[in-house]
Amino acid sequence: MIAFAIRRLVQAIGVMLVVALISFLMFRFVGDPVNQLVGVDTSPAEREALRQALGLNDPVLVQFGRFIVKAAQLDFGISYQFKQPVASLIASRLPATLELSFVSAVFALAIGIPMGIFTGLYPFSWVSRGFLAISLIGVSLPTFLIGILLIFIVSVNLGWLPSFGRGDTVRIFGNWTTGLLTKSGLQSLILPAITLGLFQMTLIMRLVRGEMLEVLRTDYIKFARARGLSRRAINFGHALKNTLVPVITITGLQVGSIIAFAIITETVFQWPGMGLMFLQAVQSVDIPIMAAYLLLIAFLFVMINFIVDMLYVAVDPRIRLGGARG
Amino acid sequence: MNDRSHIKNIFARGRRTAIAAAAASLLMGSAAHAETLRFAFQGTLNALDPYTLNETFSLGMFGNVYEGLTKRDKDLQIIPGLAESWEVVDPLTWRFKLREGVKFANGNDFNADDVIFSAERVRAESSDLKTRIPADSEWVKVDDYTVEVKLKTPNPILHYEWDTWYMMDKEWAEAEGAVSPVSAKDTSPGPAAYKANGTGPFMFESHEPGVKTVFKPNPNWWGTPEHNLTEVIFTPIAADGTRVAALLAGDVDLIDPVPVQDIPRVNADPNTEALTGPELRVIHLGFNQMDDELATSDVKGKNPFKDPNVRKAFYQAIDIEAIKARVMRDLSTPVPLLIANELYSGSGDFQRWPFDPEAGKKLLADAGYPDGFTVAMDCPNDRYVNDEAICQAAVSMLAKIGVTVNLNAQPKSQYFAKVLAPGGYDTDFFLLGWTPGSLDSWNVLTNLAGCRDATGKGGPFNLGGYCNPEVDALAAKILGETDTAKRDAMINEAYTIMTNETSHIPLHQQSLAWGKRKNIDIVQRPDNQVLFYWAKVN
Repeated sequence: MIAFAIRRLVQAIGVMLVVALISFLMFRFVGDPVNQLVGVDTSPAEREALRQALGLNDPVLVQFGRFIVKAAQLDFGISYQFKQPVASLIASRLPATLELSFVSAVFALAIGIPMGIFTGLYPFSWVSRGFLAISLIGVSLPTFLIGILLIFIVSVNLGWLPSFGRGDTVRIFGNWTTGLLTKSGLQSLILPAITLGLFQMTLIMRLVRGEMLEVLRTDYIKFARARGLSRRAINFGHALKNTLVPVITITGLQVGSIIAFAIITETVFQWPGMGLMFLQAVQSVDIPIMAAYLLLIAFLFVMINFIVDMLYVAVDPRIRLGGARG
Repeated sequence: MNDRSHIKNIFARGRRTAIAAAAASLLMGSAAHAETLRFAFQGTLNALDPYTLNETFSLGMFGNVYEGLTKRDKDLQIIPGLAESWEVVDPLTWRFKLREGVKFANGNDFNADDVIFSAERVRAESSDLKTRIPADSEWVKVDDYTVEVKLKTPNPILHYEWDTWYMMDKEWAEAEGAVSPVSAKDTSPGPAAYKANGTGPFMFESHEPGVKTVFKPNPNWWGTPEHNLTEVIFTPIAADGTRVAALLAGDVDLIDPVPVQDIPRVNADPNTEALTGPELRVIHLGFNQMDDELATSDVKGKNPFKDPNVRKAFYQAIDIEAIKARVMRDLSTPVPLLIANELYSGSGDFQRWPFDPEAGKKLLADAGYPDGFTVAMDCPNDRYVNDEAICQAAVSMLAKIGVTVNLNAQPKSQYFAKVLAPGGYDTDFFLLGWTPGSLDSWNVLTNLAGCRDATGKGGPFNLGGYCNPEVDALAAKILGETDTAKRDAMINEAYTIMTNETSHIPLHQQSLAWGKRKNIDIVQRPDNQVLFYWAKVN
């Protein structure tokens, strides 16, 4: 077990280094940061001096090495555009992203699972067909379109909810701000959470439906029926329990992509999270922010996978030996 | 929902809530008189140091909090600011009389020491506003409220950009450790990145870069407010659709910019309207006239753009009115020169070459290209209004005279990395926009038309390397000429040469488009500075 964990950790560090290197190689194609840092009247000589001072004239590998050595000490440098430490900028934007991701995930589960159960139990009813049609929309429409449609229908035409931003926030401790404690904060959360969670919701719904249909065909359900158990006991006691195991796994794995895909939703709603900051950084070639963000997302995925692996091993020791599914 | 109807509703609901509401409004201060302006811009406001970035939007924002020795009024005319008056004692000496009784937001007095300090700080190594004052000028404190500037060479436009060179408080900067301007290469950010102390009508209440900035009126301001605001909340909203939606939904009161295609929609809403007007920025096309061979052309062994007739052929192929009508939806002002009509009194003496593709074809044939040729065009797609669409239109118009243009449109960060000095001016044919910071022709003549070397010395934004020693000589004379009539005559001469040689193809001034709720009054200056001190919430 310990050996397995160590092996996994070494792999994880390798993955992060590769992500950092690839992102560094990509930064060469993003453009020239110096042009965003100075006004038009700044002389070429001064621009060159700034480029030299920022170390942008060094070979990519030298820049990469410098970044890794500093990152290992949790020093991600100073943002070019904001002139503030990247670490504290990310820390101040993290709560917004995590809050949005968490609420989206809760929304996706709370709506997706019941819809999945219903469509699994009554596959031929019109309601189920309606749900499936809705889920098709959720899968096929791009996120930014869903977002802008929601804004125009709910905010502009109906005037029910704010069209952008996070509303009023409350500082809980240190840098951690939350919008969950104010009315405008909660109102601002609804549309982005739906936008971000819609795809996950349809995914969960279809997953639950598929599993449910499969489980209901198994022998032990037939036996349970034969024993004269009530439908309810069968559906929710026997069937649902067995359905939820893969759902929990998938949900865990989706957490990473929710946080990573928050970029689009945050941009559409001007949600002041990390994703929006990353996109702004790309536009203004703010390399320190881009590098730190990509590393953070890599770390997130690596950690989630690591935890899932460990849990699997804890649950089923045969996995370590590469054994078959039990 | 406005506060008053809100309170009415509450009263309708019953006494207990009314008491609660009254208590709440007591806590919040008097709600009925809170006039908040909520403003959204497409970009962010970053470090609060007024010498860190020479960029219109930031300088405009700081202009609400800081003040320069001069100001510009609603028509961009230079008026006294923190300097009550000034006189040119002799061509090399200027004397400024400072306004007395001015206090910074923190209560410190403003005096000559602050001016001298600001003059040193703005010339510091990490400042981005070094061009505001001559590097070799000497600043002398005569008494607490008189400053003399000693120049090495005459400069009639010395103070033209001082409206955005903001006076800082020496004591405050020294106490805060903000003596040198914040720069991207700092290893630890200075406090001036997130603190400010100015003499202006507003002050920063809070600042989260990229998220939200709150302004409050400065109670110590020396002037009489022309606004009725008690608070300004600025939020960046990068996505065009979201920004417009926020205005239509009433979540913000003012947005900049409104995308051209959304203007009808903003005007159609009963509560909102678009505020449009010409901007000082002039968009132009330019040619590589430096290299002996164009890298992207099928013409080998020579550079067709070195022939003025080829350049004129391109010029006459462009149907500027069609671009205005179809691409810009009538929101552009075609110009004959590389400078906005408002900024040069003699611009009325000039005319564009007429749109005439037949003449263009003939010029090309006479120059030895009866079947035209191929060339690549570089164009930004997120920098100017409809920039990529303008380039696409130009490509199809040039096709009609037999020229095949391969368009390479990309985001500004990549475009500028390629076409400016660091990229080795790697472009044969390009689109660029320019606003002279000093609002004066000398800036245009040097930056866009000055002979340059490969590193950009001479004319850093003369991407194509147009070079005419006569124009350079005129520019040098214009810089030092203090007689306005003589100066204008020389400017006219320089522009005449450039027009006759088709140094560039001036296209148009783009238009500003702000969107606002109808109960907001605000002044839109052609320089696109958003100034709250002329805003009213009705």
